[in-house]
Amino acid sequence: MNTLLKLDDITMQFGGVVAVNNLSLEVGEGEIVSLIGPNGAGKTTAFNVVTGVYEPTNGRVSFQGKPIVESFPRGKMKKLYAGENTGVYKRRMTKTPDKITALGIARTFQNIRLFKSMTVFENVLVATHLRRKSNLFTATFMLDHKEEVAMRAKVESLLEEVGLLDVKDELATSLPYGKQRRLEIARALATDPTLLLLDEPAAGMNPQETDELTAFIRYIRDKFKVTIFMIEHHMNLVMDISDRIYVIDFGKLIAKGTPEEVQNNEVVIKAYLGVSEDE
Amino acid sequence: MKNKRKYTWLDIGIIVLLFVLVFAADRFLPSYDIKAKVLQKGAVFALIAVSMNLLNGFTGLFSLGQAGFMLLGAYTYAIFTIPVADRVSVYKYYTTTAADGTTLGGLVQFTLPVFVAILLAGAVAALFAFLIGLPVLRLKSDYLAIATLGFAEILRALCQWKGLGVLTNGSNQLRMYPTFKGIMPYFLVSAVCIAIIALLIHSTYGRAFKAIRDDEVAAEAMGINLTKHKMISFVTSSFFAGIGGALFAMYQNTIQAKPFTTTLTYEILLIVVIGGIGSLSGSVIASFLYIACSEWWMRFLDTDGVIPGVTRNGFRLVVFSAVIMVIVLFFRRGIMGDKEFSTARIARFAASHKKNKKEAAK
Amino acid sequence: MNITIDHILAGISAGGQYALIAIGYTMVYGILRLINFAHGDVFMVAGLIMVYASASMPLYFSIPLVLLGTVLLGVLIERAAYRPLRSAPRMSVMISAIGVSYLLQNLALYITGGLPQVYPAIPWISDSVTILGATTKRVTLITPVLTILLVVVLVLLIRYTKIGMAMRAVSKDFETSQLMGIKINSVISTTFVIGSFLAAVGSLLYFSSYTSVVPTSGAMPGLKAFVAAVFGGIGSIPGAVVGAFIIGICENIIKANTELSIFSDAFTFALLILILCVKPTGLFGEKATDKV
Repeated sequence: MNTLLKLDDITMQFGGVVAVNNLSLEVGEGEIVSLIGPNGAGKTTAFNVVTGVYEPTNGRVSFQGKPIVESFPRGKMKKLYAGENTGVYKRRMTKTPDKITALGIARTFQNIRLFKSMTVFENVLVATHLRRKSNLFTATFMLDHKEEVAMRAKVESLLEEVGLLDVKDELATSLPYGKQRRLEIARALATDPTLLLLDEPAAGMNPQETDELTAFIRYIRDKFKVTIFMIEHHMNLVMDISDRIYVIDFGKLIAKGTPEEVQNNEVVIKAYLGVSEDE
Repeated sequence: MKNKRKYTWLDIGIIVLLFVLVFAADRFLPSYDIKAKVLQKGAVFALIAVSMNLLNGFTGLFSLGQAGFMLLGAYTYAIFTIPVADRVSVYKYYTTTAADGTTLGGLVQFTLPVFVAILLAGAVAALFAFLIGLPVLRLKSDYLAIATLGFAEILRALCQWKGLGVLTNGSNQLRMYPTFKGIMPYFLVSAVCIAIIALLIHSTYGRAFKAIRDDEVAAEAMGINLTKHKMISFVTSSFFAGIGGALFAMYQNTIQAKPFTTTLTYEILLIVVIGGIGSLSGSVIASFLYIACSEWWMRFLDTDGVIPGVTRNGFRLVVFSAVIMVIVLFFRRGIMGDKEFSTARIARFAASHKKNKKEAAK
Repeated sequence: MNITIDHILAGISAGGQYALIAIGYTMVYGILRLINFAHGDVFMVAGLIMVYASASMPLYFSIPLVLLGTVLLGVLIERAAYRPLRSAPRMSVMISAIGVSYLLQNLALYITGGLPQVYPAIPWISDSVTILGATTKRVTLITPVLTILLVVVLVLLIRYTKIGMAMRAVSKDFETSQLMGIKINSVISTTFVIGSFLAAVGSLLYFSSYTSVVPTSGAMPGLKAFVAAVFGGIGSIPGAVVGAFIIGICENIIKANTELSIFSDAFTFALLILILCVKPTGLFGEKATDKV
C-alpha cells in the first residue's frame, strides 16, 4: 500500500499554547483513517495544518511522496518554542489552502460552511471552478460554452450519486442538518480530490442518520476512489468504518492501530474512552 | 425550457424598447432639457454603480475608492483628447517651450480617438487598481474601506499638485475635450459595459466571487485563489469605474479634481444600497431614480415659498438623505434585494399573487 | 521650507484635537466593530451648536449646552441608526453610518444656508500669547494639556470603575459578556456618551483655532482622527492619542512647505496604508486570529 499523506513531527504552537505536539502519522491510499481524541485535543488544528489554514511551527507534511508544507520555529517562536525536533527541518515551505486543494486534498468543516446565498446546485458548481480550463476572457464571453455545460452535467451526476438531486434548486442553508453535511461532502468531491478530510461528519446526527452516514462514507470511498481521513466523536461510526485509528490527547499521539487495538489500549481508555459519553 | 426562452426574448424586447425610447428622446428633447440631462447622467451613474456593486455586492469587498478611479478615468480621457490647438489656452499656467521656441500647452502633444481614450481611461484606472490592490486587498473589510477611501484622497491630491501640472493642469479645469452629443452614445457605452459585467457575474468567475462573499474560508478550501479573484474583481470594477469617469467628464464638459470626493463615493454607494446590494438591474434602476430625484423631481423643494418658511436652498438634500436613511434602516434589501429584474420573475410573481388571492377568496 | 516653532506648536495642538475625536472612534470600534463615519459630523454639529448658542446666550450657558447637545446627538444616533441593525451584517451598519453622516451634513447645509459660520471667540482661550518667540492663541497651549488630562481620567475610568470593566469585557467578547449579564445597551450608550463628550470638547478647541464652521468641517478631521485610531491600534486609547499627535505634527510640518501643502491630507492616508501593510493591527494593537 502506498502512503498518500504523511505528517512528520508536526507541532503547532499558538503563543505559549502547544495545540499539536510532535504529531507523526500516515494515511495510505484507499484507507479510511480516523483521528480521535477528547475535545480540545488538537484534531481540527491538525486538519488546518494539512489544509494550509495554519502554518505549522515545526514539522513537515508530505502528500503523494512530495513535501507540501514544511516549517521550523522562526522569529519570536525560536525562544518560545516548547516542542521537539528542532534543527531537523530547515526549510520553510507553505501553501495557501487553495493550492493544497488543487493538489487533491479536499475537506469539510466541523461547523458547516456552505455558501449561504447559493442553492444546493450552485454550491457544488462553485467547487468545479478549480479545474476549469477557460480563462477570464473566454469564460466571460462564453467562448467556452462546452466547458460550462460539462461542469453542470458533472454537478448534476454528482448530486444524483449523493442523493441530493431532488433538492438541487433549494437554498443550501434551508436543508436539514444531515443533508447539509452530505452536501458539504459533495462539494468537496467536486474538486476531484484523491484525499478527503472529514471534520466530524456525524456531529449532531441521531443514530439512524449516523448509520446512513457510515454506509455513505464507504460508498463514496469506493465510488470516487478517494482516501478518507476523518475526525469523529461517534465511536460506533469510528470503530465500524476505520481501517486504522490515531488517538491524540493534549496534542500528542497516545495510541495508534486497528479499531480492536485501540479499543483495548489502556492509555486510550484512561484518556478518552473511559469518560466518553458516546459509549 | 420553452417557457424560459420565451421570457428571455421578452427581456430582450424590453431592452430594445428602452433603446427605441432613448432614440425618440434624442430626437425630440432639446439637449438643454432637464429630462435629457437626467437620462445622460443616469446612464453614467448606472455604469459606475454597477461597477461598485460588482465589488461590494458580489465579491463582498467593502471598497470606498470609486471616486478615485472615476477621477483617473476622467483625467485620462480629458488629457488625451483635448485638441492640440486648444492646449495652450487650457494649460495656460503650465506651458512648455518646444525646441523651435513655440509655446506648447502641457506635456501631451497628441490626441487619441475618443473610443481609444475611453478604453485607455479604463485601463489607467485598472492599472492603478492593480497597484493599490497588491497591498490593500489583504485587509479585512473595514480596513479595506478606509484604505481605499484614503487612496482616492491621495489621487485627488496628486491631480491637484502643481508638480504634475503639465499633465493634470494642477487645480485648474480641463476643458475643450470632445463630448458625446445627445443621449444615445451614453446609453450605448454604458449598456455594453454593464452587459460585460453581467456576463462576468454569470460566468464561473462570478460564482467564485459570490463564494468569496459568502464564506472566504470555505471558498479557499474549494480551491479558489482569494488574492487572485479579489484582484480580478477589484481591477475589473475599477476599469469600468474609469470608463464611467470618462463618460462623467463628457457629461460635465469640464473636469476638475475637486468634486471627486468621498461624498461622491458615498452617493454611489447609496445608489447601490437603494437598488439592492447584489442586484445589477437594481443598481441601474436606482441610479436613474436617484438622479431624477436629485436633479429633477425634488427640485421644487429647493424653491422658496413652496411650503412657506420650510422650502429653501438645501431642503431637497435633507429630505433626500432622510429618505435614504429610511431605506437603509427599514428596507435594507433595497428595490431588488439580490434578485434581478426579469419578465420571468414578474410572471412568477403575478402567478403567485393570483394564487394567493384565490386562496384568500376561499 | 522653514519649520518653525509655530508649526510644531500648531501640530501638537492639532494632534490633541484629533486625539479627542479619535477616542470616540476607537472606543466605538472596540465595542461594536463599526467605523462610525458619522462621528466627524457629530463634531461639526457641536461646532454649529456653539455658533448658534453663543449668539443668544452667555458663554457659561452655551458651553455646557454644546457638551450636552453633542452627547444627546451621539446617543440618539446610536439608538436610531445603529441599534436596529445590531444583528445585521457589518456592511449594513457601516452604510447606515455613512447615511447618518450624509444626513447631518445636508441638515447643516440647510440650516446654515451653506455659508461659513463664524465661530465665537471664547475669552481667555482665544487670546494671543507669545511663547519661545512665536505668537499663538492660548488654545494651542491648552489643547495638549487638556487632552492628556482627559485621557488620563478616561483611562482610570476604564480601568477602575464597574462600567469600565464592562466596557473592556464587551470589547473582548461581545456575546459572552452578554451571557454574563452585562447590559450591552447601557455599555454601548456610555461609549457614545464618552465619545461625543470628548468630540464636543475637541470641537471647542478645534474651532477656536480655525474660526469658522462649514457643513463639511467635520469630514476631514473625522477621517484623520480615525486614521490616528487605526495607526495607534484600534481599540487602544493610548494608541489613538499617540497616533493623533504623530499625525497632527507631521501634517503641520508638511503644511510648512507650500509646494507640498496640498498633500497634508493625503499624507495621513499614505501613513495609514503604510501602517496597515506593515503592521495591520497598528502600533499598540493586539493580534486577533480567526477561528476556522
